[in-house]
Amino acid sequence: MEQFIENFYAILENTDRTALTPETEFKQLEEWDSMTALMTIAMIDEQYGKKITGTDIKDCNTLSDLYNKVSN
Amino acid sequence: MALLEINNVSIAGVITAVPEKIVDNLQSDIFASTEEAEKFVAMTGIRQKRQVTATTCTSDLCYTAAVELLEKLQWDASEIEVLVMVTQTPDYVVPNTSIILQDRLGIPKSCVCFDVPLGCSGYVYGMSILAQFLQTGGLKKGLLLVGDTLSRQCYPGDKTTFPLFGDAGCATALEYEPGKSMKFNLWSDGSGYGAIIVPGGGYRKPFTQDSLIAKADDEGNVRSEINTYMNGTDVFSFGISVVPAELKKFLAHYNIDKDAVDLVFFHQANKFMNETIRKKMALKPEQVPYSLAEYGNTSSATIPVTITTVLDMRNKNILMCGFGVGLSIGIGYAETGEHFVSGLINY
Repeated sequence: MEQFIENFYAILENTDRTALTPETEFKQLEEWDSMTALMTIAMIDEQYGKKITGTDIKDCNTLSDLYNKVSN
Repeated sequence: MALLEINNVSIAGVITAVPEKIVDNLQSDIFASTEEAEKFVAMTGIRQKRQVTATTCTSDLCYTAAVELLEKLQWDASEIEVLVMVTQTPDYVVPNTSIILQDRLGIPKSCVCFDVPLGCSGYVYGMSILAQFLQTGGLKKGLLLVGDTLSRQCYPGDKTTFPLFGDAGCATALEYEPGKSMKFNLWSDGSGYGAIIVPGGGYRKPFTQDSLIAKADDEGNVRSEINTYMNGTDVFSFGISVVPAELKKFLAHYNIDKDAVDLVFFHQANKFMNETIRKKMALKPEQVPYSLAEYGNTSSATIPVTITTVLDMRNKNILMCGFGVGLSIGIGYAETGEHFVSGLINY
């Protein structure tokens, strides 16, 4: 999970690392937009070899939810 | 897998016609701030795009490109025996635009004409269809006209579509030439039909007086049901996973060494998506030309538009890969000869 948060942090530009925990509602982050969504999909594809869709992202609220999609 | 090899057909040339009007996304008031516009351009790679007037149709661009192409090849319109038009922005719902262009171009009435309403994958599909008509030598010369004017189909205030799509029309000449060959891999997934769609105005959801009402969706993007809707995240997710997989199958099946391919022409979706695919395929940057910065995503026309931005296209072996609306993928491999003609002109 910690590594997943690090990977997610790496695609962000204006968010403090301390703001990211498993409970962070990532879509509420100020810099979250459709482009961050694409970068998240690309990061998960590259780092975990998993295909995540727009619907998957819609279904998730926290980083922990997203990580569960990736690790399942 | 729809893998097929078509023999005895070659590409003689490609001409693109684009409207003169340049739209600069950094100057566009569609974005709330300069910062937002800069982020869009950095991510998509689309700084500019061309836009038709309210009265210009895709067929007008394709007609101009076809006239120029016939002249450059020194072909007479009377020699054209098959004409395929690939577009999702036809002149009319009925009849097919290709048939109108047969008459307008002065092509004989004996010509085979029909439309193929595919988008991003349409150039490769169209080429495979046209090549199959020519492979036996019964018919010798054909024209593939592809293009779209999505600036007239997208809602001007919709940030998810309007700044991405440019207008263009292209003409490609194919001819019977013994000894040459083309290879294709064609793929479809209708479960993703909703990812890029104009939901209203067809017969599933007929046009009514409400069809023109523009409404905001969950993300605040405004459009009517007769405008293009695109779920960018789903298209991206499909593009970076299925496209490399199908490309790898194709290369392996035909034993094509990717490093020996001179140029790889991808559908110009957006820079981030295309670069993700390029890196997954381990293709060198110099193998993969882009036309996104100047022309944007021109739908079915992106591959020929990009071909016509390359200075010297003679004697090249090329890989083409269109992907998107459908969902649909068209992958093709061909070689250009020493007399190959190409060019990009203004309409």
